[in-house]
Amino acid sequence: MILFQLYYEFFKTGLFAVGGGLATLPFLRDISTRTGWFTAAQLSDMVAVSESTPGPMGVNMATYVGYTTAGIPGSICATLGLITPSILIILLVALSLKAFRNNKYVESAFYGLRPASTGLIAASGLSVLVMALWNDAGGSILRCINWKGIVLFAVLLVLTRWVKPTKKLHPICFILASAVIGIVFGF
Amino acid sequence: MKKYLELFLTFAKVGVMTFGGGYAMLPILQREVVEDKHWATDEELTDYFAIGQCTPGIIAVNTATFIGQKLYGVLGGIAATIGVVFPSVIIITVLAGLITSFSHLAAVQHAMGAVRVCVCVLILNAVIKIGKTSLVDAVAVFIFLAVLCVSFFTPVSPVICVIAAAVIGILVRNLGGAS
Repeated sequence: MILFQLYYEFFKTGLFAVGGGLATLPFLRDISTRTGWFTAAQLSDMVAVSESTPGPMGVNMATYVGYTTAGIPGSICATLGLITPSILIILLVALSLKAFRNNKYVESAFYGLRPASTGLIAASGLSVLVMALWNDAGGSILRCINWKGIVLFAVLLVLTRWVKPTKKLHPICFILASAVIGIVFGF
Repeated sequence: MKKYLELFLTFAKVGVMTFGGGYAMLPILQREVVEDKHWATDEELTDYFAIGQCTPGIIAVNTATFIGQKLYGVLGGIAATIGVVFPSVIIITVLAGLITSFSHLAAVQHAMGAVRVCVCVLILNAVIKIGKTSLVDAVAVFIFLAVLCVSFFTPVSPVICVIAAAVIGILVRNLGGAS
């Protein structure tokens, strides 16, 4: 039964996630809050692993969620669920390619879809940010803020955006460096 | 049978060599599909990629289905798609198993605590990058902010946000409202 649910949830994700990379993240966050199959912290670990391993990110994350939820059969069902809508839609679109590309309704729908997809990813980023930089230690606000995390966040932001020699580096470099820093400084 | 196997293997190779999102796949597809196999020209590949981007679903999967379908029909599309996801399923399943068995170690928890901060930075950079192409005017910025707030502060499903945004896009563009 859980395999069928996994397939259904990822079918929906494949149908409504638009774009590449992190486009599936908001849908996975939604699945996590509704079903409790995995936690928000696990989801953020999945993003790190999916960025650091070969394969398209959306597929990696589907496999990871599926495995966490229901083992190897789960990873296969989730991935199949994710790709089924793509296969169906592309086969349909391929039949009438010209008409699809030049259709003003399709074009204008995507004019609205692209910023929405960006907004959904930004919201997922915010929720990871809250989780990473805020701990419910109790007491004053100052004690709840993860100061080490804020310093690391600022340093990584500068290195990935404004420092010429490092900003072209692959994300995997920053993920591995962060893991080492986390162990050394006890995050 | 042999032609489907060849499609499967070629796209499995593309899957292994792609790190990150769909855009990372383009140079690898150029080498494998255009220069090596001569299955498509550069222009055709750009077209397939454009379609992959403006259809629902993962860009990498959409593009693989499209190329496979162009070559050998429906079964070709399926063979290419299964090929592109195959390495992910194997690699992630092995890794997820390993991480699950080591996740109770203090060192792994410390490492993941800092990696989470790094993930925030990577997501922020991704948002800035796609924002440059998706936030083209005031209406687009409004949709972005509205979806951001709804998705962050309420439990409304992303499916609803996506459908609403598509409807707004169609209405705004076709009723001659704000541009």
